[in-house]
Amino acid sequence: MAARTASAALVILGVGSLVFLLIHLVPGDPVEAMLGEGARAADREVLRAALGLDRPLAEQYLGYLARTASLDLGQSFAYQRPVADLLAERIPATLELALAALTLALLLALPLGVLAARHRGGALDTGAMGFSLLGAAIPNFWLGPVLILVFSLWLGWTPVSGREGAASLVLPAVTLGTGLAAVLARMVRSSVLEVLAEDYIRTARAKGLRESSLLWGHALRNAWLPVLTLIGLQLGGLLAGAVITETVFAWPGVGSLLIEAIQARDYPVVQACVLLISLTYVLVNALTDLVCAWADPRVRG
Amino acid sequence: MVSPLLQVSRLTTRLGGEGQPVRVVDGVDLEIRKGETFALLGESGCGKSMLALSLMRLLPPSGRIVGGSVRLGDTDLLALPEGAMRRVRGGRMAMIFQEPQTSLNPVLTVGQQIAEAVRLHDGTTRRQVRERVQGLLQAVGIPEPARRVDEYPHQLSGGMKQRVMIAMALAGDPELLIADEPTTALDVTIQAQVLRLLKGLQRETGMAVLLITHDLGVVAETADRLAVMYAGQIVETATSAGFFADPAHPYSRRLMDSLPSPEKRAGRLAVIPGRVPPLDRPFTGCRFADRCHRVMDRCREIEPGWHQPSASQGVRCLLWAEGRPESDVPATGAAAGLVRIAAEPSRQPLVLRVDGLQVHFPIHRGVFRRVVGQVRAVDGIDLELYAGRTLALVGESGCGKTTAGKGLLQLIRPTAGVVRYGGVDLAGLKGRALRRQRKDLQIIFQDPFASMNPRMLVGDIVGEGLQALGLEPNRARRRARVAELLGQVGMSAEAADRYPHEFSGGQRQRICIARALAVEPRVIVCDEPTSALDVSVQAQILNLLKRLQDELGLAYLFITHNISVVSYLAHEVAVMYLGRIVERGTVDEVLDDPKHPYTRALLSAVPVVDKDKRREIIRLEGDMPSPSSPPEGCHFHPRCPEGIAECRQAYPPPTRLSETRSVRCLRVSA
Amino acid sequence: MSALRHGLPAGLLLLWLLAALVAPVLPLAPDRIDLTAILAPPGHGSLLGNDDLGRPVLDRLLAGARTSLLVGLGVVTVSLVIGVLVGGVAGLAGGWLDLVLVRLIDVFLAFPGILLAIALAGILGPGIDNLIIALAAVGWVGYARLVRAQVLSLKRRDHVAAARALGAGPARLLFRHLLPLALAPVLVEATFGVAAAVIAEAGLSFLGLGVQPPQASWGSMIRDGAAYLLVAPHLVLAPGVAVLLVVLSVNLLGDRLRDRIDVRSRP
Repeated sequence: MAARTASAALVILGVGSLVFLLIHLVPGDPVEAMLGEGARAADREVLRAALGLDRPLAEQYLGYLARTASLDLGQSFAYQRPVADLLAERIPATLELALAALTLALLLALPLGVLAARHRGGALDTGAMGFSLLGAAIPNFWLGPVLILVFSLWLGWTPVSGREGAASLVLPAVTLGTGLAAVLARMVRSSVLEVLAEDYIRTARAKGLRESSLLWGHALRNAWLPVLTLIGLQLGGLLAGAVITETVFAWPGVGSLLIEAIQARDYPVVQACVLLISLTYVLVNALTDLVCAWADPRVRG
Repeated sequence: MVSPLLQVSRLTTRLGGEGQPVRVVDGVDLEIRKGETFALLGESGCGKSMLALSLMRLLPPSGRIVGGSVRLGDTDLLALPEGAMRRVRGGRMAMIFQEPQTSLNPVLTVGQQIAEAVRLHDGTTRRQVRERVQGLLQAVGIPEPARRVDEYPHQLSGGMKQRVMIAMALAGDPELLIADEPTTALDVTIQAQVLRLLKGLQRETGMAVLLITHDLGVVAETADRLAVMYAGQIVETATSAGFFADPAHPYSRRLMDSLPSPEKRAGRLAVIPGRVPPLDRPFTGCRFADRCHRVMDRCREIEPGWHQPSASQGVRCLLWAEGRPESDVPATGAAAGLVRIAAEPSRQPLVLRVDGLQVHFPIHRGVFRRVVGQVRAVDGIDLELYAGRTLALVGESGCGKTTAGKGLLQLIRPTAGVVRYGGVDLAGLKGRALRRQRKDLQIIFQDPFASMNPRMLVGDIVGEGLQALGLEPNRARRRARVAELLGQVGMSAEAADRYPHEFSGGQRQRICIARALAVEPRVIVCDEPTSALDVSVQAQILNLLKRLQDELGLAYLFITHNISVVSYLAHEVAVMYLGRIVERGTVDEVLDDPKHPYTRALLSAVPVVDKDKRREIIRLEGDMPSPSSPPEGCHFHPRCPEGIAECRQAYPPPTRLSETRSVRCLRVSA
Repeated sequence: MSALRHGLPAGLLLLWLLAALVAPVLPLAPDRIDLTAILAPPGHGSLLGNDDLGRPVLDRLLAGARTSLLVGLGVVTVSLVIGVLVGGVAGLAGGWLDLVLVRLIDVFLAFPGILLAIALAGILGPGIDNLIIALAAVGWVGYARLVRAQVLSLKRRDHVAAARALGAGPARLLFRHLLPLALAPVLVEATFGVAAAVIAEAGLSFLGLGVQPPQASWGSMIRDGAAYLLVAPHLVLAPGVAVLLVVLSVNLLGDRLRDRIDVRSRP
């Protein structure tokens, strides 16, 4: 337990350090990149001092860590506002989109995967795996526009973009959720199949259990643990996919903020967005690890 | 004549798709009576497990019963709808399996898993369930059932898990319990406990047991009647006493002759050449004909029917068509009588000496992998290996015997101790200097497949040492040498151009032996080289090892848990318990007159075919403790039936009983 | 059915390779602006129509195939080299070096999906080389972790112990007994990696972080076409179908490869 926490802390420190280094990867002078070549020397010095780029690297690093730890994420140049405020405005939209997509993916993938495993080799299995192959191959930056074309432009059922009302959430959530559902369905299926091949399932069958109690009472009780871990890991794809999906639908979340910031060369905002999304991912995975450890008697010990 | 409890007739089961279905069970007839123990004996791949699964109608998805009938009492099981069959499963007919480690659901408590069976078949109310579960745990000899009910499988030892499996099977008060190799995965002392439990339960409940096993000793000790299965068919059926007195089928006869025992040590063990024929094509004639030492021309043309050597014995062999055949010629040298082993090893030169060998594995914890403890796998052992002689290192799983072998060869670096070979201490050598010594010290592993690189040709595998040590850089000469080596282990030279997966288990082990011989070693560590093999194949490998020792003067360190192999092959024996050697001596000294209480218990638990040689089983309490926290004083004292207060004080020093023999036990005096 | 499942993906992949290889020598004009053909629908003259600058969509599609192949193979190659090296060293060396490398792997794994690549590509600026760097910076981790796990489990196998007992030195152990066996699953993973890199390239180009305009990429074609969705849906549909088919085919190939290796590794 203590080891787990310590190890998560190390990873968080590593993530923070890597994000700090990002700005030093900018080819040439980041200040010049941000202000453009025509800027006055005085303006450049002001910005350089504001970014702390005039101080030694070690000092910059320690300062950055200290400020980040106290949730001071710096000042946005494009918006002339504290980065933390910008993020706070954008987080609810991304959270809403991610949760909706995740829910949709789970509602699709869990039954599909379990049923496919249960009827292995049957028509349902073939269909589910076909969906899974297709879903994993359709890029969401293409699915989004196609959905807009059909449901917004042709049918007029949903708004084209933006975030106004529940209807506007539908297409982004479907776009983001489909890919995840495809990947998850496949993993759920193989996880359930693996468990169904275990010796203890044969034991349970020899007891005279019916197939449904076998599935619910034995197979799924074991299969949900690896599935939970997988969901945690796949959340990474979801969060990164949110960046693209938000851009497609002009959804005002952290992802579209990241892209806007990249285009505006607003590096403190870029750093903050990457840090926020990554830390969310690390924390969610630490959480699923904890749940698994708590739910598995072998680990709980 | 009472009607039988279970009557199987012409049962045929197919496995696999329509393309090339395998007839794993092919026209089997069986009768099991109420309350008896009926053993189904056969080597791997003969179809015995598939027969059991067919009876339960629990075949894997690709399996299908295509003919015959199975009657349990008055019920035709094959005609039952699935729902009714489910009530039979775990009710009138229950089953336990080979691997207790994987046969229990890891996320459910022991109590939950038994309760499930109780609720399904026992009609008890919810409140009574827990009581009944505890009663069942009590019945299978699990201490403190009230506490164990809420434990998970991983908290129990292998033997305890098998007891839980039995408790689960008892929940429905079965008339027939099918036990598929129930003790194969267990150590011999635990096996003795479980077999005794089964016998006792059978006496109390009057259930019949169908015991499926490959172990002749287990059959001899437990079965009332038996059937021998070969290539999907039953070839002989008899009472246990009748069978062991006079096996009728040539296959049965050869199986018995291939069992190693002290009487056979002067000669070679009988072997069955070839392998079990594939079951995916129709047979004409007897299925055993190609491997039979008494084959006649008509055996290949006529499928033998049943003949009756006596009222209680049936055999499927044409030899018996015209009454009793002339008696069988005994296998080479089998009847030569007991050979005493000379007690003085000093006549042979000492090749290798181990002093105080320790192998400890650190236990790491935390982010920085701090060392928080040590697993004392090998905790100070001494060994001497002599040219042309075999030292058997005997012990149950987890005692450290394999680690000792690898530590000796420096495949795992010892924590302390000296391995003196040819004037140098191997434990002190590194890199190139150590590699130069490797030539003389080789190893053969338990799993011959895992010990070969699946991507390499057999020729390259056998020639690897020649190449790696630069002994034979010339390619053509190396090839010739490999062919010679393959011939030496009884394989054809063409094997060199094939891959390991194309060979059977016994052939693979021969290849591994050839690989070790290639560098002309003086010492070979044999790490359970036959325990993954069937007895008839085991005999081939043991014969080969013995012949090579005679020809080449090899010194063997033979690591095993199989006492009968020890009695056949070894000159000296060292018995290991929890990282230390508790008793050592010549094979006669130790096996005929064990002194250490652990050795005595171990030997008494070994099932033997010969009735006259059985000993009263000394029952050991509990399981072997963990080598990370061995008990204070003598490691064996918590389980020892003869322990005294002093045993807790310090590990007993060795007591010398003869020039060759010493025991580490306070209760043994010189 | 099986001809459809095996033949079609193989054919499509061949087409992709061919398009990428011969695109430069064909008389294509992916960058030719034709103001008379702006947003022209598919039909005679140009098979897949023309885009908002009147450039022929088919020509741009073929040029885009070259971009996706270059990035797909480039990213996987670079990732493989780094991943096998890091994972192999960690698994073989053990001790503190392993500890440090595992922590490094953990840190990189903590960045979800291609997020780090998005940030890197954004900061490094457009261009195929930067794109490959950004994606490889994310891609190597998976291989490193896989190779390390493989080496660790193989190291414990008896055939390695047997080879050591026969006097095999470190190089022989590595190149004969460890790597050939460790690499099979890594190659399967690499196949899926190509598909992932193709999607990622298109994704980054879609975000405007990929190739430098006017160089053609399937992703940037979708991005440019999205504005004319209603009037000229072919601008989005054509490159999207191309990505879809290539990714689908590569994944199917990976599945088949994995099944073959699973069968072979069974005793």
